[in-house]
Amino acid sequence: MSTVVLLLITGLGLGALYFLVASGLSLIYGLMGVLNFAHGSFLTISAFLGWEVGRRVSDGTWWGLALSAFIGIAVGAIVAAATEYLLIRRLYERHIEQALVTVGLALASVALFEGIWGTDPIYTAKPAWLSQTTELLGAKIPNDRFLLIACALLVLGGIVLFLQRTRYGLIIRAGVENRAMVTALGIDVRRSFTIVFAIGGAAAGLGGVLASVYYGYVSAHLGSVLLIFAFIVTVIGGLGSLTGAAIASVLVAVLQQFANFYLGGTGDLVVVIALAAVLLVRPRGLMGKVA
Amino acid sequence: MSEPILRVAGLSGRIGGQQVVEDISFEVPAVGITALLGRNGVGKTSTIKSILGLIDRTGSVHFGGIRIDRMPTHRIVQQGVGYVPEDREVFGSLTVAENLRLAERDDRPRREFIERLFPDIHDRRAQRAGTLSGGQQQMVSLARALVNDNRLLLVDEPTKGLAPRIVDEVADALAEAARTVPILLVEQNLHVIRKLAERVVVLSGGRVVFTGDAAELLDDEDRIQRFLGVHDATEGSTR
Repeated sequence: MSTVVLLLITGLGLGALYFLVASGLSLIYGLMGVLNFAHGSFLTISAFLGWEVGRRVSDGTWWGLALSAFIGIAVGAIVAAATEYLLIRRLYERHIEQALVTVGLALASVALFEGIWGTDPIYTAKPAWLSQTTELLGAKIPNDRFLLIACALLVLGGIVLFLQRTRYGLIIRAGVENRAMVTALGIDVRRSFTIVFAIGGAAAGLGGVLASVYYGYVSAHLGSVLLIFAFIVTVIGGLGSLTGAAIASVLVAVLQQFANFYLGGTGDLVVVIALAAVLLVRPRGLMGKVA
Repeated sequence: MSEPILRVAGLSGRIGGQQVVEDISFEVPAVGITALLGRNGVGKTSTIKSILGLIDRTGSVHFGGIRIDRMPTHRIVQQGVGYVPEDREVFGSLTVAENLRLAERDDRPRREFIERLFPDIHDRRAQRAGTLSGGQQQMVSLARALVNDNRLLLVDEPTKGLAPRIVDEVADALAEAARTVPILLVEQNLHVIRKLAERVVVLSGGRVVFTGDAAELLDDEDRIQRFLGVHDATEGSTR
């Protein structure tokens, strides 16, 4: 029983990380049709800069972590918005060029990060409580899982509130459904594109800082690894669906944890099989719109 | 006659590299309803989309004396153009109220006018637009265009696929709207055209082949057959 609880909550924690990356990917694709392969770079640069600032001010404390999170969110939002404004904006409707630019940016940024911070992981300090465990139904749960889950729930709630309660949220929801018609109502939908990139980048930035807490290190490849699973989550959840991304994040991460434990470390393989199954049975994903 | 509200000259439109509208020119007066007619596939919807910049186009389009053919779609609409697309294109996942709120551009949107014109829609404000009937969705689509104080409405086949009773309701709403704003109306239902349109522009083979009073065309059975490919023997019932 305790093993199941441990795997479940660890899966939820990892799912929280996947969601932080996948939420932005899904919204960006849903509104703009852009498959953003550079999304992992937003996460990595945020993790590095958040760690750099946090460790200089107060390493291994809650204050340092909060500052890292703030810097990560800000860096993610700014870098993502700048990427949209400077690179993606002139390439809308040119999907091959978009893919080439974002793939190129992803590869170049990893090389840049390796040049600045080296190729080896850099181990990070965190508040003592996050390194401890809490007993729950007989399982000793690492406390950092609770932080990840809480942060992902806050982000999910925040994005839902933004989408439901603001005019830009209304424009984004309508744009995901029919972008041309939004334009035909006299709305400059491109402004929303930058906002969606910034929101996605902010979530990924927070995800980067939390990933350094979860894994205990930052590295130039942090974003690339998470991006693969975030893409899988996005496709399984349904491109453009925030709710789908949230559900799929949990399903994929929990499945991965259980398969790793009970099926001899085959978590990644099982996840890819699940992706193939969803694509065969329900190509639009769990909650995606019909193409 | 006063200055036309819309002047289209040498307009051509392309979709995916294929020419769908070819060198058409016509004007829309600043009052009343002008019907854009023609057989199926002749380019009526593409003409509307070309005017709005929703498809690639060349030629000139002047709206209220201002050249708009180099503007992006949202800027054209902001000049005071309301658009009711073919097949309604309401946002199905949004509520009726959200559909209308999204369309509101003016500081003082005409909510009372909409409530009076479409009471049924007002009663269904909290309902998702995707769950409405075709007729109700058409009302939402019309309401989105009428909620602002526009200077021209482009209305594309508003009665398509609707029951006869709903067709009459839509026609009444258009007649009411036309008292305050000129309308360029794409329509196939001769009954509706006869009821609403004062002028007609007829397209054939992607070009304008007739421009003039609606009565002049509709009283000429031979022209109706030739241009539109339909008979109007029993007035009001032939499509």
